[in-house]
Amino acid sequence: MGNRRSATRLVQRTIALLYVAVLVLVPLVVVTWKTVSPGPSAFWSAISSQQAVTAFRLTAEIALASVALNAVFGVGLGLLITRYRFPGRRLLSALADLPLSVSPIVVGLALVLVYGPVDGWFGGTLHSAGIEIIFSLPGMILATTFVSFPLVLREVVPVLAEEGIEQEQAARVLGANAWQRFLRITLPVIRPALLYGIVLSLARSIGEYGAVLVVSGNVSGENQTQTVPLLVGERVQQLEPGAFQLAFLLIVVTVLVIVLVFLRRRESESKHSEPPAVVPDDLALSADPAPAALALNNVASNDVAQEKGGLR
Amino acid sequence: MSTVVEPATAASPARTRAARDASGAARLGVGSGLGLGMAVLWLSLLVLIPLAAVVARGFTGGWNGFWDNITDPSAVRALRLTVVSSLLVAAINAVMGTLLAWVLVRDPFPGRRLVDLIIDIPFALPTIVAGLVLLAVYGTDSPVGIHLLGTQRAIVLGLLFVTLPFAVRSVQPVLMALDTEVEQAAACLGASPFTIFRRVVLPLLLPAIASGATLAFARAMGEYGSVLLISGGLSRTKVSSMYAYQKIENFDFPAAAATATVLLAVSLLVIVGLDLLQRAAARRG
Repeated sequence: MGNRRSATRLVQRTIALLYVAVLVLVPLVVVTWKTVSPGPSAFWSAISSQQAVTAFRLTAEIALASVALNAVFGVGLGLLITRYRFPGRRLLSALADLPLSVSPIVVGLALVLVYGPVDGWFGGTLHSAGIEIIFSLPGMILATTFVSFPLVLREVVPVLAEEGIEQEQAARVLGANAWQRFLRITLPVIRPALLYGIVLSLARSIGEYGAVLVVSGNVSGENQTQTVPLLVGERVQQLEPGAFQLAFLLIVVTVLVIVLVFLRRRESESKHSEPPAVVPDDLALSADPAPAALALNNVASNDVAQEKGGLR
Repeated sequence: MSTVVEPATAASPARTRAARDASGAARLGVGSGLGLGMAVLWLSLLVLIPLAAVVARGFTGGWNGFWDNITDPSAVRALRLTVVSSLLVAAINAVMGTLLAWVLVRDPFPGRRLVDLIIDIPFALPTIVAGLVLLAVYGTDSPVGIHLLGTQRAIVLGLLFVTLPFAVRSVQPVLMALDTEVEQAAACLGASPFTIFRRVVLPLLLPAIASGATLAFARAMGEYGSVLLISGGLSRTKVSSMYAYQKIENFDFPAAAATATVLLAVSLLVIVGLDLLQRAAARRG
């Protein structure tokens, strides 16, 4: 019986590990090999060409802008949702999560239909006012902000809900104005969650492909609108060299982010051994930081938290 | 910000919720009202109005125009491929995800934490990089001798790659919180390990498995970058998002918007479905 059980366990373990190895490890090894084997000079020319440098600059600009937007609106919306009561609060919190489950192509199309220069709802007016959004930087920022919209919000809401407002009230009684209370009390409390949300948002912003592809027009050469992911796509499809080297850089960034998130999760797991504070039902976002991938891309982390609560 | 706030009286956990609601949530003042207005305006400009524009453009030709666009043979073929592969991916995820979660929680082998970390990688990779990774292994000059370029199996593989952590991460916490006493009792009463899993553990995991599989399905339905390269650009491997992109490139916005509307409807259905699933799970607990 005992033997049979450990045999079963060994079979399960082998199947599980094989699945992960075939699906993830083998491909990563192959890509690393394809990056390294052409040699360091190929690597250097792949990442130092004019096109690549422009792509790096564009990607950085877009990522910084959309992270800043998501941080400001994430914290603002988080404060509103947790600190105030108004009609439509639950709806607002649900709508803020919607962008993560929309197909990137649909996101791109949606922005083109509203801000496109030819027949977009607002695009024509903006165009005649000399403001170009689609096929230029603002549109790419909008698309990137759309797909990473709730990432900061979802990290700060559980912390805000958990911390309560006693300290803020005390500060108010002592005569601190709203701005002082935010800077001295609220910001230090949410800083780790905010930083974590910013890291997730940054990773997502650097890697977005489909939505940016549609709104950018994928222009190379003069007036290039190709970000690093778009350039990877073009190099593969045009059979140009240098795709693996760029992709490898993006893989390194991703793995760094995952390790960072993993360490933080471990840290907060040891911290959270005491029973977690009660979070209002309608805001039951995960109080523990979600696993990296789920936090990064989809609606799962709240579900996990709720199920945890539900089955306890 | 000028509301009088009642003092917080947090005593027992049961009362904390009520106390926090009463004390924590204030009515909107001038400053916060302005903030709310700006947040709603931003959400509308960025998300709500554009998504409404998709639906509106999908129906420019009225219901008939919409219907003609989504019943176009190549749109139907793309949608069928998308739905069938997404369902397949959801099913495989349900099985393999549960197995992986089980091994990660119940089998303390060395290197377990590393596997736990690796699981997140494919999904967090930029989608085009995920696509390139798969192309490198299963493309024309495959180093492992498996050529999948331009096959429907390749689409399923790409979707499995990016949805790897969904079911695992959904099942894992539930499994960790599970009390093993019931399982021990069942074992004492002579139940075999398989019977224990089927009769005791599985029913408790089902909501989590279902929600993980549903999330994988939703993600697979809209996926673009990771399956683009391995699809080989053939019509038999064109999923709905590729079909929509092709229509956008040809400036056929009504057709693109019609397909996009269908994808959007699926996302909304999934969100509502998950909500119902969670409520059912919470009621059971």
